[in-house]
Amino acid sequence: MLRNFWQFITDTLRLITRGNRYYYAWIAFLLLLIAIGTGAYIGQVNEGLIVTRMRDQVSWGFYIGNFTFLVGVAAAAIMLVIPAYVYDWEPIKEITILGEMLAISALIMCLGFVMVDIGRPDRFWHIIPLVGRLNWPQSMLAWDVIVLNLYLLLNWFVVTYLLFCAYTDRHYVKKLVLPLVLLSIPMAVSIHTVTAYLYNGLAARPFWNSAILAPRFLASAFCSGPAILLILLQVLRKTTKLSIKDEAIFKIAELMAYTMGFNLFLTAAEAFKELYSGTEHMVYFQYLLFGLKGHTTLVPFAWASILCGLAAFILFLVPRFRTNWTLLNLGCVLIYASVYIEKGMGLIIPGLTPDALGEIYVYRPSYTEVAVAAGIFAIGFLVFTLMLKAAVPMMLGEFTLTRGRRRLDAPEADPV
Amino acid sequence: MTAQEPIQPAEGCASSTPGGGSRREFLGTAVAAVATALTGCGKLSHEEFLQHNFRELSKDEVRDVIARLEREYKEKYGREVKVTNTAPLPGVIFGYALDLSRCIGCRRCVHACVKENNQSRSPEVQWIRVLELEKEEGVNLQHADQYYDPAEVPREGHFYMPVQCQQCKKPPCVKVCPVGATWREKDGITVVDYNWCIGCRYCMAACPYGARHFNWGEPNLPPDQVNPDTHYLGNRPRPKGVVEKCTFCIQRTRKGLYPACVEICPTGSRKFGNLLDKTSEIRYVLENKRVFKLKEELNTQPNFFYFYGV
Repeated sequence: MLRNFWQFITDTLRLITRGNRYYYAWIAFLLLLIAIGTGAYIGQVNEGLIVTRMRDQVSWGFYIGNFTFLVGVAAAAIMLVIPAYVYDWEPIKEITILGEMLAISALIMCLGFVMVDIGRPDRFWHIIPLVGRLNWPQSMLAWDVIVLNLYLLLNWFVVTYLLFCAYTDRHYVKKLVLPLVLLSIPMAVSIHTVTAYLYNGLAARPFWNSAILAPRFLASAFCSGPAILLILLQVLRKTTKLSIKDEAIFKIAELMAYTMGFNLFLTAAEAFKELYSGTEHMVYFQYLLFGLKGHTTLVPFAWASILCGLAAFILFLVPRFRTNWTLLNLGCVLIYASVYIEKGMGLIIPGLTPDALGEIYVYRPSYTEVAVAAGIFAIGFLVFTLMLKAAVPMMLGEFTLTRGRRRLDAPEADPV
Repeated sequence: MTAQEPIQPAEGCASSTPGGGSRREFLGTAVAAVATALTGCGKLSHEEFLQHNFRELSKDEVRDVIARLEREYKEKYGREVKVTNTAPLPGVIFGYALDLSRCIGCRRCVHACVKENNQSRSPEVQWIRVLELEKEEGVNLQHADQYYDPAEVPREGHFYMPVQCQQCKKPPCVKVCPVGATWREKDGITVVDYNWCIGCRYCMAACPYGARHFNWGEPNLPPDQVNPDTHYLGNRPRPKGVVEKCTFCIQRTRKGLYPACVEICPTGSRKFGNLLDKTSEIRYVLENKRVFKLKEELNTQPNFFYFYGV
């Protein structure tokens, strides 16, 4: 068993180092981005976070915005798990593992964004339970560290186990996998809820201090996560022998239409409360939607996000549109853009602007922040690509303990 | 005056020492080396890297840490910097009151504070922000201006409101810190262990008073401007990448002196003293003047009071 596992590891490593020239080009491109990001990050470590444009007034920015968005992507994996396992709906089941791999990549990016945002990365160990001094259960950040890492471990374990079973030509033990997969549903909800509570619990920031922040987080995540998957599934079935039925894709699109409607409704509920009651707390919404005292940096983004969201909702709502590939993919891109703006800069910046003493500091990410972020996204894509590269042949049963070696040694052009 | 939140023991307990030791072994030298490489500058010593939270250090460890810091400061600034560790005085909870009818917005307090507390000079980190407000608007922060620059103060139709750490009884910053790098001392002063803070800035997001400040770059403190009388939890020179804040001049007030801002104020707007002492000036103000707390609706319960003296 253990020997087989080592074989599994080494064969996986050999598998990910071999591919056609498109594969190598893609990997090289990602490595280039990672190199650029690393360079920028080294500069940041040497100079301090002063190379970002964050300051005391806006103390969180692009990094934490991306972190928040990606937690949603990670959480959205359950959009596939629920129909597959709870309702035992076969067409989706085989692609559940893809959702889990997406969650792993997203979580690695999340942890990366937190890591580059802290002022003293050398003191990272202070946050490790037992070794450091985790302020649990008081600090929501302590909760977030725990749930994100547990969710990462859980997904990692399930994915590895399923692939190892496929590799060794055995059927996975349903009694082991099913409870874990079912556990991942509340875990996914919890990672995004806890991340929402991170902001939600701060009375000092009225823009975040709203009871529907966590539900809004979940609703938007359930739109943006599957949007990425829908495009990915189409790419996969074109480039690999993986069979993914139209039916599965359209079912996910249908589910997305509901969550998008709910997301828009919650956003409208929040906006109504602020704008109609018109209290002092409205200034943050004003800054986001209309600009404040001549500062309108976020305004075009905010409206782009709203319009993209609305347009995507219509495209997903009408069956004729969502079964048209062009419109479906357009809708995916629109919803992705909408949520990325809303959960990223659209959440963090107006939460902190005007600041606690009423000052407006206009924040825009610096070159360093963009470069570091690109590097982290590249790491996430790299992890996902490598996992896919190894997983697809195993899922197809083409690459197993007995057949793997032969396949590796045969000099044939590799798909993906 | 008021019931206090239970405060974590400030003194290092002996039982934590063996635990600390095993943790250190667990982490090992290799990790320290990696961290040194990560921080780029290569100045990080093993001792500094492995130093535990200040509240968990034994008396001997505190002595060693302070000796190390004094040595490092001497190397860096070429002069003796004394780091004390004066404990809270028994029977003392510090309170602060600020007379809005007297403050003229001269900002001498801001600069005295920067000097006293060894803040970075460029960029200058200021713990006190003086807001210029319109009399017609009252205390409406959306109409506040921190960057007023008239030839003379006070300006017609305006009043001035200095804001600094309010030393809350229920500090949101302490609650949110993921590693317990900040806490409230027995005398009501909220402090930061600059050697334990990881720089996540969650406390800055949580503070309703904008009282926490981050060292975005390497603090620039010219050697000839160093105030050598420091406290571990107060004005000792800070590293980059950590949060800092007003400590009511802990290095002065625990020795019975006034904070630098109180001492410099030309109009006597600033009152400071022991809330538990019935004969103190601060108690007189609280009992006889019209007092209010900033953002009282957030229930942070500041020990910093604004009042109208005339």
